[in-house]
Amino acid sequence: MTHVPDMPALRDEVCPDGEQTGGEHGITRRDFLTQLGAAGVVVTSAPLATAAEPAAGAPAAAAGHEMHASPVSVRMNVNGQEHALQLDTRTTLLDCLRENLNLPGTKKGCDHGQCGACTVHVNGKRVNSCLSLAVMHEGDRITTIEGLGSPEKMHPLQAAFVEHDAYQCGYCTSGQIMSGVALLREPWGTTDEDVKHAMSGNICRCGAYPNIVAAVQQVRKHA
Amino acid sequence: MNEFQFHRATTVAQAVKSGAQSGTAQMGAEVRFVAGGTNLVDLMKLHVESPRQVVDINGLPLDKIERMPNGGLRIGALVRNSALAHDANVMRDYPVLSQALLSGASPQLRNMATTGGNLLQRTRCQYFRDLAHECNKRNPGSGCSAMDGYNRTLAILGTSDACIATNPSDMNVALTALEATIHVQGVKGERTVAIRDFYLLPGSTPHRETVLEPGDVITAVTLAAPAAGSRSAYLKLRDRAEYEFALASAAVVATVEAGTLRRVRVALGGVGTVPWRSPEGEQALEGKAVNAANFRAAAEAALQQARPRQGNAYKVELAKRCLVRALTLATTQA
Repeated sequence: MTHVPDMPALRDEVCPDGEQTGGEHGITRRDFLTQLGAAGVVVTSAPLATAAEPAAGAPAAAAGHEMHASPVSVRMNVNGQEHALQLDTRTTLLDCLRENLNLPGTKKGCDHGQCGACTVHVNGKRVNSCLSLAVMHEGDRITTIEGLGSPEKMHPLQAAFVEHDAYQCGYCTSGQIMSGVALLREPWGTTDEDVKHAMSGNICRCGAYPNIVAAVQQVRKHA
Repeated sequence: MNEFQFHRATTVAQAVKSGAQSGTAQMGAEVRFVAGGTNLVDLMKLHVESPRQVVDINGLPLDKIERMPNGGLRIGALVRNSALAHDANVMRDYPVLSQALLSGASPQLRNMATTGGNLLQRTRCQYFRDLAHECNKRNPGSGCSAMDGYNRTLAILGTSDACIATNPSDMNVALTALEATIHVQGVKGERTVAIRDFYLLPGSTPHRETVLEPGDVITAVTLAAPAAGSRSAYLKLRDRAEYEFALASAAVVATVEAGTLRRVRVALGGVGTVPWRSPEGEQALEGKAVNAANFRAAAEAALQQARPRQGNAYKVELAKRCLVRALTLATTQA
C-alpha cells in the first residue's frame, strides 16, 4: 500500500479498530461505537429481557437454573505483562482480552470455534480464545496480536501481510497472522498446499487466501 | 451462558468427588469436567449444556504418552489431539490414529482438544444444538426434528426411532479399529472399558451416550502393541477438504500375508450413531485375497444393516466406496 489520503472514513477502514488515536475530530470509531452502544441499551432492554426467557424445550436443569456464582481469581501473563483478575466464571478468554484487558485486536467472529478470528497463542500454541474460559488460564502465558508487533516495529509476518495485501476488510487478519506465526513452529510441509491445510482454521470471507498464502510463504522462506 | 461455579481439581480423587455430586454423567449433568473446552463451552453458549458446576481438570497429571512394557501405548486423557497426532510412536505404530486426528477440526482446535474430551465429543446434529427444535437426546421424549428434517449429515447405522444423530469424532473411529481400552476412575475405584462397550446405541434413551456414571473420570486410553506387519489407514470424505465433519469415513487395521488378509479391523465414521465397528465387514475380509471384488463384498456386508432417511440415503453408497478405498490404501501402501 503506497499512499492513504487523510480522509476519516478511509482511515477507519485501514485501522478498523481506531487504534490510531485522534483524527481531526479527536474521536475514534471505537469511541463512537462504544457511546452508541451505551445509548442503544436503553432502547433495546425490554425485548432483550423477553428473549432471555428459557426457550421451550430447554432441559429441566436449565429451566430451573437460579444461582449466583462468585467471581474467580486468575493470574495470567498477557504480552509480557502480569495480570491478576477477578472474573465472572462465564468470561471467555476472548472476552477477557477484549473487555477486561482492553486488547481489542483479537476479534470475535463466530464465537463458536468455527472461524479462527479469535486465534491467540497460549504458552506458544495457537488456540481459539472464544472456546476457552478465562479462569482456565491460571499461570498461562498469552500472546495476542498486540504482543506480536507494533505499527512502528511489525512482526515479519505482519509486514508480509501488508506487502502482499493479504486482507480486504481486515476482520480475520489478526487471527490469520496469529495462526501464520504459529504454523512456522509446527511440523508442516513447505508447499503452498501445506500452508493451506495449516491455515484451514482461519476463514476469510473476503477471499484473500492466495495473498495470505503468499505472505506466509515469504516469511517461511526467510525464516 | 448460565452461571456456574468453577473449581480447579488438583488430584483425580478430587475430580471424582466433585463429579459424584452430579445426578447424571449424561445429558443435563449438573457437574461437568472441562479440559480443552472446545465442545463444552460451545454447548454452554448454546444453552444445550447448563452445568451448575464446572471442574477444571487441566491440572491433573494425565498428559503423558508412555510406551508400556508389553509394547502397547498408554495415552493420558489430557494429551492434546495435536500432540497425539505428531507423537513418533503413534505415527510409526498406529498411523490410522495420527491420520484420523489430523483430519479432524482445525489446528487451533487440535491444540486444545484432549483425548478424553474427544472420546466424549457430542453430536453435531443441528437439532440437538438448537433449543428451538425437538430433540430426544437433549430433551428426552420431546421428539426428533431430524427424522424428517434436514438429515443429510446424520446416521444410517445404529439408529432408532428416537434418534439418528451421528457421532462426529474421527479419533473415536480410529480407536475403535485399534480396539482401544478406556481407563476410568470412579467412586468405586478404577476400571477399564473396551471401546466397543463404551458407547450406547440411542435406542429409546438417546440422552444416555456412554457407560459413564457420576464421578467417573477418564484417565487414559491404552492401545495393544501393533500386530507384526499390520498396516492401517484412515480415509475421511466430507464437503470441504479441511475443517469439516465426515459424511463418511473408514478406519482399517489389517495384516496381510502373501496377498491374503489375516487379521482385519474395520470401523466407520460419519455414518453411525456411535463409532461404528463392523464385524460383518471384518468377517467378509479375513482369509480372503487382497482384491477389489473382495473389498466391495466386505463393504456390502458392512452397510447391509443401514437404515437411511430421505436426506442421507446417498451415504450408503458413499460409505461403501469409502471403505473400499480405505482398504485399498491400507493394503497397497509400502
